[in-house]
Formats: sequence, structure tokens, C-alpha cells
Amino acid sequence: MATFSSPVSIEVPKTGQGGGGTRPPVYGGGDDGRGDGSPDYGARLRRVRLGLAIGLTSVTMIFVSLTSAYVVRRGLPTLDERTNQYVRDWIPVDLPLALLLINTALLLVSSITAELARRQITRQAALAPIRSIPGVSLGEDNGFPWLGFTVVLGSGFLAGQWMAWRELADRGFYLATSASSSFVYLLTATHAVHLAGGILVLLYAVAVSLLHKPVEERRIVVDVTAWYWHFMFLLWLYIFGLVWFIR
Amino acid sequence: MATSATIHSHAPQGFIRKYIFSLDHKVIGLQYYFLALVAVFVGMLLSILMRVHMIWPTAVLPLVGEIKPETYLSLLTMHGTIMVFFVLTTAPQGGFGNYFLPIQIGAPDMAFPVLNMLSFWTTFVAFVTILAAFFVTGGAPLHGWTGYAPLSALTNSGPGEQLGADLWITSIAIFCIASLMGALNFITTTLDLRAKGMTMMRMPLTVWAWFVTAILGLLAFGVLLSAGILLLLDRNLGTSFYIPLVVVNGQVMGHRGGSPLLWQHLFWFFGHPEVYIAILPGMGVASQLLSTFSRKPIFGYKAMVYAIMAIGFLGFMVWGHHMFMSGMSPYTAFAFSLMTMAIGVPSAIKTFNWLGTIHGGRVRFQTPMLYAIGFVSLFVSGGLSGPFLAQPVLDIPLHDTAFVVGHFHLIMGVAAIFGMFAGTYYWFPKMFGRMMNETWGRIHFVITLVGTYCIFMPMHYLGMAGQPRRYSQFTELAYLKHLIPLNEFMTYAAIVTVAAQLIFVINLFWSMFKGPKASDNPWESTTLEWTTATPPPHDNFGGRTPVVHHGPYEYSVPGAPRDYVMQTDPPTVASH
Repeated sequence: MATFSSPVSIEVPKTGQGGGGTRPPVYGGGDDGRGDGSPDYGARLRRVRLGLAIGLTSVTMIFVSLTSAYVVRRGLPTLDERTNQYVRDWIPVDLPLALLLINTALLLVSSITAELARRQITRQAALAPIRSIPGVSLGEDNGFPWLGFTVVLGSGFLAGQWMAWRELADRGFYLATSASSSFVYLLTATHAVHLAGGILVLLYAVAVSLLHKPVEERRIVVDVTAWYWHFMFLLWLYIFGLVWFIR
Repeated sequence: MATSATIHSHAPQGFIRKYIFSLDHKVIGLQYYFLALVAVFVGMLLSILMRVHMIWPTAVLPLVGEIKPETYLSLLTMHGTIMVFFVLTTAPQGGFGNYFLPIQIGAPDMAFPVLNMLSFWTTFVAFVTILAAFFVTGGAPLHGWTGYAPLSALTNSGPGEQLGADLWITSIAIFCIASLMGALNFITTTLDLRAKGMTMMRMPLTVWAWFVTAILGLLAFGVLLSAGILLLLDRNLGTSFYIPLVVVNGQVMGHRGGSPLLWQHLFWFFGHPEVYIAILPGMGVASQLLSTFSRKPIFGYKAMVYAIMAIGFLGFMVWGHHMFMSGMSPYTAFAFSLMTMAIGVPSAIKTFNWLGTIHGGRVRFQTPMLYAIGFVSLFVSGGLSGPFLAQPVLDIPLHDTAFVVGHFHLIMGVAAIFGMFAGTYYWFPKMFGRMMNETWGRIHFVITLVGTYCIFMPMHYLGMAGQPRRYSQFTELAYLKHLIPLNEFMTYAAIVTVAAQLIFVINLFWSMFKGPKASDNPWESTTLEWTTATPPPHDNFGGRTPVVHHGPYEYSVPGAPRDYVMQTDPPTVASH
């Protein structure tokens, strides 16, 4: 049988050995998940950021659908079997406003520390090649633990949310009390689960920095987690606004 | 060469790393494929039990014994759910998409291999979870694959609505997460990992189809996930999202004020894009094969791309047409009806372009091509009843009859399955390095095509005659008595068609080990997967990076030395 394999034109990828100013290959290639597949961190950072943006789209869809369910359910009348008339069963939730404002402030500050951590590691990654030159000193490395602060503040926010739930229960609003309280618990819990995921990734980033992985490797983790964190802050503002202004 | 050398050194050696927890998109693609193969046989078995029950309602059947009405509903629910999620969503996208999307765009792997592995194993857990519903107290749920509340939202509404229904919802939720991870990977890979020269408008239509399908999945599965969480809360924690004040068996339930329609809106906002998730990859495969085996460029490549996008976009605008029966303002219904009929336009563009592609071509009627033509046939036959059902006045009498069952099985079920068969026969040489048996492939095709038409075409007439769907028994209804012979015919056709699938399975596994060795490009195709070795090496191109100079379907180019121009051929071969 005749073979039909065609002449294949192949270009050997040009990888810049030792940062010689050559263009990186079109794709980083071979990220086999063990973190050491490709030295082309720029392309990988871009790819992971793209992945994050796409992932956040689906998170957005989850909250879009919950919002539409919220609005629809809020406008529904329910049959009162004693009077045989349609009544509204949506009881405005008596939210612990002061506590939630404190939580919001905590999350805002944690978003700022996450951003500082992101900028810190970006700077470190940029300076790493210069630092590696023997005899070159750039002075003291700014090792302020912004990452750790973010983890602590994020955990503080979660603890604050827990206190808010306790406060709600004390005021008589349980999950099944009214559809309004169901939604308050559901929206805050869904947000909390996503935030807890962010904390886990931050802890992973801390672990990565303790394991002395390449600074670029850490930078990718910290960078996308910081963006994720900012998104979580905006999402919280949205949820807070929804359950407060559309009670 | 540092990059490729690094990749090479990482080809995993151990059995577990290589075949079980593999990060290689090709292995993961095959895992998805075989998961779907198991699932499709489970689904087919359930459908045969249902069809036998329809004509012999009192027969005692193997495995299930005598089928009581609730058993029938369990079979129906599990058949639908397993087929839609674990076959139609899993094989075309997770299976073929995983295997061939990276190769067709010239990438060494998916963008996030670990996520890819997690996505498969999460799907696997979802599959095990749903199968577990068969074996718990009360059995599998009764609420159909659409899970309408309040039947699905109350734990005492039927025997299968206890733990079985919880497992069902949990399985769907897990599946949603798996699909979201998969979609994220597909989109990032398509956007970021294309080889040099592989512009978006040079991507094969298969890649376009997988890409748009992934976007649909990304936007739709999150909605189903939140709908499922609300359902779980209603069932287990006493909330009232979907449940109004209801009385079950004389007992007033504690819920009040919820809306069953809310579930339907959320479910169908996912559910309608889901049918395109099932069919779009098949459209991509059909386009690829019709062009290859007709030795002609695809007719209207750009129109095909825009049609895929239009179908994907409109798919999000039409969910209400599933709810004409549920009580809907006539104005809303009119809007949904118009949008639904608008989908006919891009669908017709695709159909005419497929016909235009074959027209005047030197068609090679090999098995993959037969299945691609079969796909078009089923797509047209199933699609034509779509505009009927899109109109509320016609949908209201037809909606709860066998007419709808015939419609969606032809267009979404069997057409998508034909896309998978076409893909299997076409890509088998690349995946396993051997050819499948052509004669048995043709026999399988003829029986399957004729068989599916014999099963599903009569459903349209049954529906118009008023045979209800979802009823466990209608042989005692006087007005349907004269249709029993037709129902018997359909059942026999189903048994023959299902038996014929054994030909496929035997051919598949026999050819894997005993089939004649395949060359690197046995079909003389042009896309990138045919430029690499058979089967492809761990990094797909053996350490080389393909550079693309041509569009995906340059067949019979005037002046070219052969009747096909590979995408990687030097640009001097033909200026196009």
C-alpha cells in the first residue's frame, strides 16, 4: 500500500537559552502539571490568567442564575390556606448590618494586601535574573508577608460571616424561615465556599514559597490568586448590595 | 530544542501514571470515550426494557422482574440522564474533543493537563454516583431527566424519590463541575495554544464546534449547578424555592410559596444549550468528513463558522419553548417561538453547505463517510419537526406525546451518535494505529440507519394519533389498540438495532489488536493530526512544532501535485 504521508514542514522552536533575547516559542508547551515543564513563564502566566478569566465567567453564571432565582422568587405570591388568599411570604431579613460592614472592611483590606503581595512577587520575579548575577546586590529583599496577611484577613472574613449567620439565627432567621433568609444563607455560603477555595490556593502559594520553587512559579500562583481575590471582593459587594437593597 | 526535550523526558512510564491518572490528553480522551461506551450500553439496556414493557406490559423481565409504573419511570429517568450526560455530552466533547482538539491546532497537550485529568475523574465519580441510585432503598428516581419539581423536590413523592433522587442530583452537580473544568480547558487551549499559522479561520470545523460547545458548557452548566443546589436544599433542608403549598398523601408539607416553574426556567436555560452541546461536535465531524471524503473544500467555510456561532448564541434564547405546556404568557411564548424558528436559518445554512460540499465531488463511500451522510440525513429528518414544535399551537397538542420523543431522539440522540460513529471510524487509525474492518462497518451502518428510522419515525405518527409519552402502559386504551402492531414493530426494530451494535463493539476491539496496520494518513486528509505518527507520540508531534500555511479543507486544488494540500505543506504548493 502506498503511503500517503506528506512532506511535513517543521520549524524547530527557537528557545532563548540563557535569556539571550530570542523570542520565546509560540507556546510554552509541555506544562505537564508538575510545574517544571516549561521555562517560559511569561506564556504560562498569560495562559493561567486567561484560564482564570474563563473560570470566573462560569462563577459569574452561578451567581447570575441565583440572582434571577432571587428576583423571581421574591415577586411570587403564595396561597394562605386559612384565608384562601394569595399573600406575600417574603419576609425582609433583619441583616446584622454593622457586622457585615466590618466583614466588608476586612475583605477590602485583604484585597489590598493580596494586591501588595502580587506586586511584591512581580518585582521579585523581575529582579531575579539580576540578583542571580554574582557580585550584584540590590539591597535587602522586601520580604514583608503580605500573603500571610491576606490569608489571616480572609479567614477573619469567613469567621465574621459565621458570626453573621449566628446573629441571623439569634434574630430568628434560619435557612428555611423564609425564601429571603434561604437566599441570604445560600448566597453568602456560596461566596464563602469560593473564598475558602481562594484561601487554600493562597496557602498553597505560601507552601510553594517555602519549598523554594522558582520565583516565577510562585509568581503565577500568587498573581492569579490575587486577581481571583479581587473578584471575590467585588462579588461580595454585589451580594451584599443585592440582599441589602432588594430586601 | 530544550522545550521538546523536556517534554519527551516526561513521558510517563508506570502503568498508573500512563493509563489511569494520566495527564496526556490522548489517554484522557480515550478514558472519556470508553466511559461513554459503557454508559451507552447501560442506557440502551434500559431502553430495551422499556420497549419490551410497552408491548408486553405484564411480562416478567430479566434483572427488573415485573415492571411496575414506578419502575418504568425509573428506567425512563435513568435512560435519559445517562444518555444525555454520560454519552452525548461525554463522548463527542470529552472523548474526541480531548483527543483531537490539541492535535488539530498543533499543541502538545491541553492548556491545563492536571485539570483535564481531574475533569475526567470527576465525571467518573458522577457516573458511579448515578449508577448507585439503582441500588439504594426505593431505587432510582422517577422524575425524568428534566427533574421537574415538585416531584423531584419532595422526598415522599414516590419510591425512587428518596435517596435515589439525592444521588441523582448529586451526580448531576458533580457532572456540572467536571464539565466546567473541561470547558475552561478547551477554551483556553483553543485561544492560547494554536500553532504558528493556525489562525482562527484556519481551524478545522471540528475545532470550531468543540470550541463553541465548550463556551456553551461554560455558560450553561453553572446554571444547572445552582439549580441543583436549590433542589437539594428544598429536599433536605426545608427551604421552599420550588415547592408551593402541597399536600402529599393527605399530609400538608411544610413548604410554601415556591415555584415549580422556577426550576423549569433554570433547568431549561441549561437544558436547551445542552442539546447543542450534544449535537455541535457531531456537526463538526460531519463537516470534516464530508469535505475529506468528497475530495472538495467545505462549501462556505466562513458561513459554517458563523452558523455554529449563531446556533450557539440562539441556543440561549429559546429555553422557553420547552415550557409552552407549563403555563406561559402568550406574548412570551410568541417571542420564544420566533427565536426558535430563527435557529432554522443557521441549521439550514449548515445543511445546504453539507449538500453543496458533496455535490459534484468524487465521493469515496467509506464507512466514516457513510456515517457522516447518515448524520446529515438524521439531522434533516429530526430537524424538520422542530419548526412544528416551535409553534405553541402545535406544541400544546403534541408536547406530551410520542411525537416529541421521535423528534429529539432523531436530532439530538441518534444524529449525535452517528457523529460519534463517524468520528470513531474516521479517527480509529490515528488512535490505535490500525484500520477498522470496512465490510462490517458498512453492515453496521446499514442496520443502524434503517433500524433507527424504524424505531423513531413511527413515533411521529403515534404522537399525532395521541399516544402519550412517559405512560408505563397504554395497551388497554381503546383508541390506541390499533397501534399496538406498530409499537411491536418498533420494539423488534429496537432489539435488532441494539444487537447490531455488538458488530460495532466487536469490530472496535478486534481491529484494535488484529486490524491491518494504518499508515499515517489513510484517508488522505489535510488536518494536523494526519501529519504526525500513528498513534501520535506523547507530545503529539515528536518534539517538532507544526507550522500551518493552509486552510483545513484544501482538496482538489488546481495545480497542486496531489488532490489534497496538508495544512503544514509549504505555501508554495498552492497559493490559496
